[in-house]
Amino acid sequence: MLANRKLILAHFWFAFSVFGVALTLGAWQMFIRSPIGTWLSNPELYYRSLTAHGTVMGYVFPTLVAMGFGYAISEAALEQRLVGVRWAWAGFWLIVLGSVMAIIPIALGRASVLYTFYPPLIGSPFYYIGVVLVVVGSWIWVALMAINLRVWRKAHPGAPVPLAMFANVAGSYLWAWTAVGAALELLLQIIPVSVGLKATIDAGLARVFFSWTLHAIVYFWLMPTYIAYYTIVPRAIGGRVYSDTMARISFILFLVVAMPIGMHHTFADPQVGAGFKFIHSAFTALVALPTLLTVFTICASVEIAARLRGGRGMFGWIRALPWDNPMMLALAFSFVMLGLGGAGGLINMSYQLDASIHNTQWITGHFHLIFGGAIVIMYFAIAYDLWPHLTGRELIDLRLIRTQLWLWFIGMIVTTFPWHWVGILGMPRRMAYFDFGHPAIAPQALSVTFSAFGGFILLTSGLLFLVILARGMRAPQADAGPYRFAIAVHQPATVPVALNTHALWVALMIVLTITNYGYPILTLALTEGTSVPAVYVGAQ
Amino acid sequence: MSAQEDGHRSAEVAARVERRWATIAVIIVVMMALLAAFAGIHRATMPQPRVETTDPSRLHLAGEFVESNLGSVLEANGAVIVRAIGQQYSFTPACIVVPVDTPITLRATSADVVHGILIQGTNVNTMLVPGYISEQLMRFTRTGDYLMPCQEFCSFGHEGMWGKVRVIDKADFANRAKGGGRLSCVGQ
Repeated sequence: MLANRKLILAHFWFAFSVFGVALTLGAWQMFIRSPIGTWLSNPELYYRSLTAHGTVMGYVFPTLVAMGFGYAISEAALEQRLVGVRWAWAGFWLIVLGSVMAIIPIALGRASVLYTFYPPLIGSPFYYIGVVLVVVGSWIWVALMAINLRVWRKAHPGAPVPLAMFANVAGSYLWAWTAVGAALELLLQIIPVSVGLKATIDAGLARVFFSWTLHAIVYFWLMPTYIAYYTIVPRAIGGRVYSDTMARISFILFLVVAMPIGMHHTFADPQVGAGFKFIHSAFTALVALPTLLTVFTICASVEIAARLRGGRGMFGWIRALPWDNPMMLALAFSFVMLGLGGAGGLINMSYQLDASIHNTQWITGHFHLIFGGAIVIMYFAIAYDLWPHLTGRELIDLRLIRTQLWLWFIGMIVTTFPWHWVGILGMPRRMAYFDFGHPAIAPQALSVTFSAFGGFILLTSGLLFLVILARGMRAPQADAGPYRFAIAVHQPATVPVALNTHALWVALMIVLTITNYGYPILTLALTEGTSVPAVYVGAQ
Repeated sequence: MSAQEDGHRSAEVAARVERRWATIAVIIVVMMALLAAFAGIHRATMPQPRVETTDPSRLHLAGEFVESNLGSVLEANGAVIVRAIGQQYSFTPACIVVPVDTPITLRATSADVVHGILIQGTNVNTMLVPGYISEQLMRFTRTGDYLMPCQEFCSFGHEGMWGKVRVIDKADFANRAKGGGRLSCVGQ
């Protein structure tokens, strides 16, 4: 039962609206730097657009989806009215305020520093403070998730926490802690310089702080998708979760090992030594583990659904799956993109292979395939699944939904495959234009053109998604009944304390962060003479 | 009763299959880490191992990265060292000249913001962070020109920051390097 439907809808609508804007900017960027566009007379416009695209897609959109979905999970899985609704609204409005505060200086060209900040480039303080407000707003959500679970536990002593809520709270704790890295960078380093209290900044230290956030934030984006894999998909296609225990272990592994691995983003950096680079590389290999476990458990869960529908044979059951069900389609697309993107990820985190693709278009291709592809297509699926429960109206046009999902999948493949390819050829990221007339760059022109068309397909699909949701607000009324999550084949009556609580794992996450980040941060902070003059952006 | 026993048995089968897969997954992960460690230790292929610092506000006044010391130099022991800096929005030297089939040490830093050096068609790829010195070992097996774009966003002129590496014949390089001068191919 969803009592606070307005709250959840507000989160989703704001998330998907800004997503639509950022997607349009992305498609424009693909176009303008491709051979089919003409060179920008003012390349700075490209970087404004890129900063807005990254800030929205990285900080605002997935955070709001996780929050809205989290509130829905809390009410539906715990079957308990949300505690702290006023605070939830306060968090939402803080994010709206922060987003507006950040986007204005970006639009004015006062903060073209990209969402990764890149000090010693320094933009308008309003941009950074806006981002901080977005994060603070989301921390209210983290607290509310913990409080709601605690209230439920008091009423149900010793009972197994529903899997969806267990995973949701794990994701919220991961976010709370991983955001601390960028928060330290902003509060201790960037904002003091931006408002004029200081004139120098240690760029190397800032990069290490940011890597603390930069990798685990990806797993925070991933959480709603994995929660949907485990707790929505099996129910939606008529199956069961193969293993409740394995699901809990996977989410715990994400919580513990997603955090102390971020320095694989700094393999090519001069301010971190080889030892910590290797440790972070090895831990990154470890984070493949929960994904490997998940792929197994979800494939098994899907097979259960197929066999219940009469599927037979070693692989013959695949045909028996409900392929006309949007959730089935989304899952299949998501898994294909997760597999391809995951394989690319193993190359990126590799101690040796990273050098051949570091900061090339390969990286852009990689995270668009994983985040924009595997993760966001499940955000669509989550919205489609929740919409009837939020609006009290039916989503009737399944054909349109399937078209939208197909377009997103095709668009993402057409965009990212050529991106990976030109990356291997050594095409750098984040350039407003390329001289395709140069004989060494000319061979990349065709690939970049393909990518641009992929961008247009994605834009079409994204706009279609918004149309479907908007039409869903005006469809005939229908009672969707209570919102339910998938149950396991062997639904546990009791769960060991370690798999039912988070404290031990949060402690382990913090300890591992300290062992893997403490020494590098401390030595960099204590090294004299590495602070460099700030370079102000858009000051003239 | 029998249904319950049946359920119990199927739960055991499920757990066993799952354990087997988890074991395989762990082995895959451990193998990957071991491979990386082996290649790192045995073949000495690894990212930059040491941390060195430098003061970017004094680069142009004295020390290793003063302008007259930038470019390629043939040391007495036969080693080739290339020193370069990145600044908004160019590399100095903009054209780096090196000999083919020779171990080369690239030492570089930034004079202002974060930049990056990437040599296309190779795996030479490093960040330039102001305040720190980047060092990379490299060896070219084929002569010719390579593009060297800045691979990190460094503000509005980033898209125009492209350098070049020219790999020339060994004897030719040795000839030009006689007398210990700093070589580059700027303007050639």
